[in-house]
Amino acid sequence: MNRERITISGDRALAIEEPLIFEQGRPGCSGVDLPEPSGQARLGRFERNGPIGLPDLSEPQIVRHYTRLSQQNYGIDTGFFPLGSCTMKHNPRLNEKLARLPGIADLHPLQPVSTVQGALEIIDTLAHWLKVLTGMPAVAMSPAAGAHGELCGVMAIRAALEAAGDPRKRILVADSAHGTNPATAAACGYTVEAVPTTKEGHVDLDEFKRRLGPDVAGTMITNPNTCGLFERDMIAIAEAVHGIGGYFYCDGANFNAIVGRVRPGDLGIDAMHINLHKTFSTPHGGGGPGSGPVVLSAALAPFAPLPYVVHRGKAFELVEQRDDGQAFGRLKAFHGQMGMFVRALAYMMSHGSDGLAQVSGDAVLNANYLLACLADVLTPAFPGPCMHEALFNDSSLKDTGVTTLDIAKALIDEGYHPMTVYFPLVVHGAMLIEPTETESKDSLDRFIASMRGLVERAKAGDAAYFQDAPRHAPRRRLDETTAARHPILRWRPESAKGEAAE
Amino acid sequence: MSDTKFTEEHEWIRVEGGIGTIGITDYAQKQLGDVVYVELPEPGRKVEKGKDMAVVESVKAASEVYAPVSGEVVEINAKLKDEPATVNAAPMAGGWFVKIRLSDPKELEGLLSETAYRDFVRGLH
Repeated sequence: MNRERITISGDRALAIEEPLIFEQGRPGCSGVDLPEPSGQARLGRFERNGPIGLPDLSEPQIVRHYTRLSQQNYGIDTGFFPLGSCTMKHNPRLNEKLARLPGIADLHPLQPVSTVQGALEIIDTLAHWLKVLTGMPAVAMSPAAGAHGELCGVMAIRAALEAAGDPRKRILVADSAHGTNPATAAACGYTVEAVPTTKEGHVDLDEFKRRLGPDVAGTMITNPNTCGLFERDMIAIAEAVHGIGGYFYCDGANFNAIVGRVRPGDLGIDAMHINLHKTFSTPHGGGGPGSGPVVLSAALAPFAPLPYVVHRGKAFELVEQRDDGQAFGRLKAFHGQMGMFVRALAYMMSHGSDGLAQVSGDAVLNANYLLACLADVLTPAFPGPCMHEALFNDSSLKDTGVTTLDIAKALIDEGYHPMTVYFPLVVHGAMLIEPTETESKDSLDRFIASMRGLVERAKAGDAAYFQDAPRHAPRRRLDETTAARHPILRWRPESAKGEAAE
Repeated sequence: MSDTKFTEEHEWIRVEGGIGTIGITDYAQKQLGDVVYVELPEPGRKVEKGKDMAVVESVKAASEVYAPVSGEVVEINAKLKDEPATVNAAPMAGGWFVKIRLSDPKELEGLLSETAYRDFVRGLH
């Protein structure tokens, strides 16, 4: 797997071969010089009786190690990152500046409420604008990310049905949905029933209605959906599911494509999570946290989780307990991702209502530009126009010996993070490209040129080029099969390696 | 006498003496790519035609395997736990998933013959 050694050190300028931190440790090395502890140990039988196996390193070693690893990383600050469904757009530095203000960054969630009035006002103001933008009467701020938001919404649906003495069994989920949708429904104890997608990439309304019945608790539909298309039958779906006494959960992961233009509340939904980290731009992926507030209809609002912010005169207070007992509980120890709230509110306020409408407009325009510029070499999965992402199937690669995965690997050599591949599952060999609104036309044209060149190369019969890619990454193509079949999940010292290194 | 039948979900079933051996087809294993894990039902479990019975996970995706007919699981291919690659190497032979005792042999009549399945696959891409 290691690349060929063409320098004495094995490094190539900025590309430095970095061993694991455990392989760099030298017994006795230390970054700090602390006095030997004196006095009696008070750990009793919990006292450590052997080494714990952490590597011994000096401070400069550690700094270099993590800096070098970060040089091998690819992020939105490095280049174009068209990972469909993930909305990898630029994170404005203004957001960061505000989130790092000492009065915000240094808060503790257990401070007396009288000392954090400003923080509660930020949560409350953000909540207000989320309700305005979605046209919904209530919002639960604490969910930690999109899937957590789904859990919040479906738990609210379950609580509402149980409170009405009408617990139900099934939840209908579109077959193009994010995998978290059926997982959420199953985690809440429901049987999941898939609703097929039409040839045009939409929820099949007739098939949907056929599956409805008095035991259906609700449905989960993503809009815009994972095929990058706007679901045109939302109102009919809402009417049908409400007609049998069920609830409508909308997966709002792709709200970035409609923000400022469509209010989901007008479409008849009962609950929807908003990925603040996507639509309102906070750093995510590879360790950045998410935040997934859930807007709720009047019917579900009483069941919203604790805690939430209320006004008492001029002051803000936190409701930590409900006397009427309708809240379904608590999703997090505290109030949600405060750092993300600050960034999301900064993003909203710096863009304004016209700016937010332009965000969704430009995201859709960029995706359609990509779709149009690639449509003659790749096959769009569905007739355009699309929303915020362009989706292709692999039929134009048929008989070339080159797969979607190969194209993705070759894109790494071209200096790009690849698009999302093999998702949504309803499209064969799917390539899901989400350019986002923050890429310039120059940046899109450069990517289009790479993509066209690669597809033309594949069609010209040069499959070997692809099977060998990536050539220029820190590591060549990984053996995913062995990694999955015989995973090595932890580092072992040289002496114990026999068993792991099969 | 044995007779192999197929489903549009890419399972096959071969019945001998009231016991059906079930697996996934060659087309299915090719589409999945390298299989890395197979989750099988416990022997004794009742499976229902068209409902999920097992899970096959490849480097690309995790997919449900549906029971082509109803019945009770009498034996599972325990070898797949350690050697899931058998599904790729011999999907229609050593890579079988489960054996079930059919509760309603008439259900077989609704399944595809080998020729009909081959035509079905040809129409897919």
